Amino acid sequence: MSASEILRELDSLKDAKAKIEHKISALEAQLREINLRNDAAPTNGSSHPSSYPTNGLTQDMIHRYSRHLMLPSFGVEGQANLLKSSILVVGAGGLGASALLYFAAAGVGRLGIVDHDVVELNNMHRQVIHTEAYVGKPKVKSAGAACRSVNSSIEVVEHQEALRTSNALEILSKYDIIVDATDNAPTRYLISDCCVVLGKPLVSGAALGMEGQLTVYNYKGGPCYRCLFPLPPPRTACQSCAEGGVLGVVPGIIGCLQALEAIKIAAAVGEPLSGRMLLLDALSGRIRIVKIRGRSTHCEACGENATFTQQKFREFDYEKFTETPLRVPPLKLNLLPSESRISSKEYSEIVLKKEPHVLVDVRPAHHFKIVSLPKSLNIPLSTLEGRLPEISSALKKEEKDSGLVSGSGGGAQLYVVCRRGNDSQRAVQCLQKMGFTSAKDIVGGLESWAYNVDPKFPTY
Amino acid sequence: MPITPTTNGGLELLCDSKKIHNVNIEQQNGEGKLIMKDLLSWVRTNLIKERPEMFMKGDTVRPGVLVLVNDCDWELSGQLDTSLEEKDVVVFISTLHGG
Repeated sequence: MSASEILRELDSLKDAKAKIEHKISALEAQLREINLRNDAAPTNGSSHPSSYPTNGLTQDMIHRYSRHLMLPSFGVEGQANLLKSSILVVGAGGLGASALLYFAAAGVGRLGIVDHDVVELNNMHRQVIHTEAYVGKPKVKSAGAACRSVNSSIEVVEHQEALRTSNALEILSKYDIIVDATDNAPTRYLISDCCVVLGKPLVSGAALGMEGQLTVYNYKGGPCYRCLFPLPPPRTACQSCAEGGVLGVVPGIIGCLQALEAIKIAAAVGEPLSGRMLLLDALSGRIRIVKIRGRSTHCEACGENATFTQQKFREFDYEKFTETPLRVPPLKLNLLPSESRISSKEYSEIVLKKEPHVLVDVRPAHHFKIVSLPKSLNIPLSTLEGRLPEISSALKKEEKDSGLVSGSGGGAQLYVVCRRGNDSQRAVQCLQKMGFTSAKDIVGGLESWAYNVDPKFPTY
Repeated sequence: MPITPTTNGGLELLCDSKKIHNVNIEQQNGEGKLIMKDLLSWVRTNLIKERPEMFMKGDTVRPGVLVLVNDCDWELSGQLDTSLEEKDVVVFISTLHGG
């Protein structure tokens, strides 16, 4: 068999497998329904309520959750509460991945997952619930299948949609506890407000780079997200994992801690982390648990005179409030006139024709180390103004090497590139102001190079 | 007065990527008292190297920054009027949104 035949065969097998899995989960759900409706239905026997006094747990449950049951501080009551509880995880990404696996394993009775995204290869270093077979497929399908394979005795509900003011009340109202495992500011305000309106406790986690944060909002008179952050941060202060990077295990840890807090609330044991916040600094190995303010009497969502109703929630514009679109498209600036820009294709021809030029790559140094174009000169945007002499001498050297007379108007050209074509425009603006009037940027940056010129160029 | 301001959650990027700053601050008035308002303007002048608008707005921290004095939200101790004592640890932390 040739490679392409094998690939085709693999695709069709995977397709058939997905169909079978879908059929299995549909049948399992049907069976659960029947069992719920008719307790006396014949099953394998061991999932029946035992005829011995067992606090309502079946023989299977006692065996599966035995290590929970033996815990004096958790016990049969804790497990029975958990089995009766329902938890919704918003976001099946880095935080949701570990939280969901523990919820399924622990026996949360009904487990909901909300996500609109598909699995990508660059998610997999942290979103450990997904497997390679699901790359390109919806995250809720992947996460749902993983949860069912850990524990087929619980109910897993997939909500394959983005959370919005139009659907949030309906979805969240079906669950006892909400877990915020999302990755952006507007959704965090949206979830918190919805939890306040519906009176649900919210277990909130966040992770970026080497740091993580965790707290429980709106729990028994405790503060909500707006009590702590009445005003949204400036958009430029909100980096995402796609922009800033994240060490995979960091959201994994925070997701586990979210699972812990939600399980404590569901089982009604211990002291949930309300009015306190856990701060993880993974690089220095420091965890701080700090005391935070209580419910604010002036809070717009939950304060004494708050008038935040379901109706107001439905009409609230979270994108406008946080000045951040809910689905964040990569920012595409357009700062320069077209004569100050060239396409990646045009640049590839300049390289082919060996036209004398200098290419300045303005990405941060640690990005430049990942991959770069040949002969490019790395001068990060933040250091550009102080390093102009390096550009001048590189231009002179290029002119000398190619036999051009400097300053005659036909000198070496100056091009600027970055990852996506935004910083390169900022750099050209700066360069033109500082006398490099013919500087041009490469539209769309290295991503455009990979897309339009050389698909083998690694993107990140 | 020896004080340890700490910048976290990305705010360290505004201070040459340094998180923990062991510093000695002169008292601002004759009474030998230092309050958070004094520390904030000292940090802004001496520790913040770039984009000060990512740290402050008006005379306080920008929205989305939590201030903790000895592991306690400064809302509970009087915000800008919080009195500081020797060896206090003051954490400035930007709230994270990633996941």
